Amino acid sequence: MADAPEPIEGFRAEARAWLAEHFPPELKGKDNAMSAVEGPGELTEAEARWKATMGAKGWGVPTWPAQYGGGGLSRAEARVLSEEMARIGAWNPIGGMGVMMFGPTLLEYGSEAQKAEHIPPIARGEVRWCQGYSEPNAGSDLANVQTFAADDDHYVVNGQKTWTSGGQWADKCFALVRTDKGHKHGGISFLLIDMDAPGVETRPIRLISGQSPFCETFFTDVRVPKANLVGREGQGWEIGTRLLQHERSSLSGGGGSAGRMLAGKPLAAMAKEYRGDADGRIADADLRGRIVRHEMEMRAFALTLRRAALDAKSNSGPSATSSIMKNVGARITQERAELAIEIMGMQGLGWEGEGFAEEELAQTRTWLWGKAVSIYGGSTEIQNNVIAKRILGMGAKA
Amino acid sequence: MMAVLDEDQVMLRDMAREWADNEAPVAAFRRMRDAAPPEGYDADLWRAQAEMGWAGVLVPEAQSGAGMGYLSLGLVLEQLGRNLVASPLAATAAATSAIVLGGTPEQQAAWLPRIAAGELVATLAVDEGPHFAPDRVAARVEGGRLTGTKAFVAEGDSAALFVVAATDGLYLVERGEGVSVASRRMVDARSHAFVTFENAPTDRLGEGGEALLQAVTDRAAAATAAEMLGMATSAFEQVNDYLKGRVQFGQTLDSFQALQHRMARMLTEIELMRSAVEGALEAIDAKRSDVGQAVSLAKALAGDTLHLVSREMVQLYGGVGMTDEYDAGFYLKRARVLEAMWGNAAWHRERFARANGM
Repeated sequence: MADAPEPIEGFRAEARAWLAEHFPPELKGKDNAMSAVEGPGELTEAEARWKATMGAKGWGVPTWPAQYGGGGLSRAEARVLSEEMARIGAWNPIGGMGVMMFGPTLLEYGSEAQKAEHIPPIARGEVRWCQGYSEPNAGSDLANVQTFAADDDHYVVNGQKTWTSGGQWADKCFALVRTDKGHKHGGISFLLIDMDAPGVETRPIRLISGQSPFCETFFTDVRVPKANLVGREGQGWEIGTRLLQHERSSLSGGGGSAGRMLAGKPLAAMAKEYRGDADGRIADADLRGRIVRHEMEMRAFALTLRRAALDAKSNSGPSATSSIMKNVGARITQERAELAIEIMGMQGLGWEGEGFAEEELAQTRTWLWGKAVSIYGGSTEIQNNVIAKRILGMGAKA
Repeated sequence: MMAVLDEDQVMLRDMAREWADNEAPVAAFRRMRDAAPPEGYDADLWRAQAEMGWAGVLVPEAQSGAGMGYLSLGLVLEQLGRNLVASPLAATAAATSAIVLGGTPEQQAAWLPRIAAGELVATLAVDEGPHFAPDRVAARVEGGRLTGTKAFVAEGDSAALFVVAATDGLYLVERGEGVSVASRRMVDARSHAFVTFENAPTDRLGEGGEALLQAVTDRAAAATAAEMLGMATSAFEQVNDYLKGRVQFGQTLDSFQALQHRMARMLTEIELMRSAVEGALEAIDAKRSDVGQAVSLAKALAGDTLHLVSREMVQLYGGVGMTDEYDAGFYLKRARVLEAMWGNAAWHRERFARANGM
C-alpha cells in the first residue's frame, strides 16, 4: 500500500494540467444549480466548448468504461479529478438523469447493443433522459404502477406517468411499465421510450415555487420496439429499485441538486449582513445558535459522505445507507433555505418585481423548490422504511 | 378546549366561521390571487365583512363600534386565517388600536365611526427594513410634516389612513399629499407596500405617551397570532382528512403509526399555541401589566407551531403538496410572512428572556 499514493499523484498532475488547458476561466463557479428546475437555457460559447471538451474526454462520467465513452478512471482517480476541479472552480457540464441514474443502471443490466447505443450519447451530454416512474396512484407505493405495455410485434403502451422531471425537455424516457397484471412486483418491466414517439404527450405541472420542472406524461397507444426492454420482462422492479439507489446517492449531496443548493453565500455572512454584526458575532443570539447547529450538521454530513465514499471502495455500489444520506441531505438543504429566508426577513419573501435583489428572489424560489427534496426520489418516510427494514431488519415477518 | 366566551363572542365566532366557509373558502383566495386586483383583496368580500360589523369590533360603542375587544377580534381573525381570506381587517384593526389607545377625543370622533362603518382601510406602518425593529425608527416629523420611508406596509396599496411610527411618537397620515406607495409582490400574494413620506401633513396621536408604540405593536402581534392559529388549525385538519383518504400500499395513509404520531404531535403543539394566543388576547382585554410577556409567548409559539404545521402540510401531502393546484403552498407562503411580521419567534424569545431576567 505504501506505493499507492504515487500513481494517484501522477494522475493529479495530469488532471491539473488538462484542466488548466481546457477549462474556460470565465466559467469559474458559474454552475447553474437551478438549471434542472428552470429548464435548459441556451449555452454560451464557452459553456458549449467546455461541455464538448469534457464530453470527448469522458470525464463528465469519470468512472464509466472508456469503451462507452466514459473516463475509465478508478474511484480514487475520479475523486482526485473532482478535487482538482473544485480547486479551480471548475464544474461538471455533463449531468442529468442519464448520468446520475440511468447510465449506471444500464451499464449493469443493459445488453451489449443497448449499452453501445445509449451510453456514449449520455457521456457526451447529448441526450436528455427522463424518469417514467410515479403515477397518480403509484407514488410512495411505486409497485402499484398501472401503465400497461401490451405484447404485440411492438410493445403498445397506454397509461399516465406523473412527476416526470424535465419531461417537456427530454428526448427519451426510462419507464416502469406493467407487462403482467397478475403479479404486483413481478409484473413490472423496464422499458425505454422515445419522447417524440406518436402518442406521447406531456403537460407541465405548476409548482408552489412557480416553476414547472415536472410533467404529467400521457401514453396513448405508443409503439415501442421490443429491443427497448432492459433485462427480462418482469425484472423491472429489480432494475428500477437499483436505479433508485443510484438516484438516492446522487441526491444526497456531491453531484446532486441537493448538494448544489447548499452552495452559495454562507449563512453566517448573510446573517451579519441582514441582522447585524456585533464584534464579529451574529447580533441575533437566537439565530446565531441555530446557524451554528446547522453549520455543524453540515460538517458532520460532509464527513459522513467522505466516510461512505471510502467505504464504497470495498463495496460494489450504492447500498441502503444511501437512504440515510438522502434524508440528511434533504434535511440540511431545507434547513438552510429556511434559515436563509428568516435571515432576510420580508426581503426573503418576495415573489417578483421591484424591491427585491435577484439573489433574494432566487433564494425564495430555492426555498420553495427545496420542499420537494424530501418528497422526490422516495420521500423521507419511504427512506426511513428502507433504513428500518433493510439496515435494521425491523418488522420482518416470521 | 377554548377560552371561555360570552354569548356575543360565541355568536361572532360562529358567524365568522360560517361566513368564511360559505363565502370565502380558500378557492376565493385563489381567485383573488389569479385576478390580482390592485388593492390586494376582494372588495366585495371586504364590504360584506364591514356590513357584519367586523371593522368595528375594537371601536367603542360611543363611536358606533361594537366595543368588544381583542379576544373577539381574534375570534374573527382566526376564522379568516383558516381560509386564508385576503382581508384588510387585521391591518385596519392594528391602526384602530392606535387611535383607540392614543387618539384625542377629536381624532377618535373623526376616524373611528368611519372605520367601524368599513368606509376605509387603515394600516400601521412601523418597520423601515425587512425585520421588525420598533427601536430603529428613523422617520422624522418636523414642523408637523413627516419624512421617511416604511417597508412592507400591510394593505399599503389600499390604505387611506396610515398610523406611522416616527422618532417621537405615532402620527396619523392620510393618503395624498407627500405620500407615495410602491407595491411589493410577495409570496403570499397579499398587499404589501413600500411607502415614502415626503413632507407629508400629519396629525400627532395626542395621548398614550412613550409606551404607545409598544402597546400598539403588541396588539398587532396578538391579532396576527390569532390569524396564524386559524391557519395552523385548518392546515392540520386538511392534512388529517387527506391522510384518511389517500390510499397507498392498499391502505389509507392514516393507518401508518409513524404518521399518526406526527399528527398527534402537531395537535399537541396547536393546543399549546391556542392557549398562548387566547391568553395574550385575554391579557390585553384585562389590561394586565404583563401583556408584553403574554404576547411574546403567543407570537413565539404561533411562529414555531405554524412553521412546523405548514412544513408538515406540504410533506404529508407529498408530491401534490408541491403543486400550485393544491392549497398547501398557500399556507406555507402566508405562514412565513406572518411569522416575520411584528417580530418572529426569535425576536419574541429574546424579549421574553429580558422580561424574565434570563
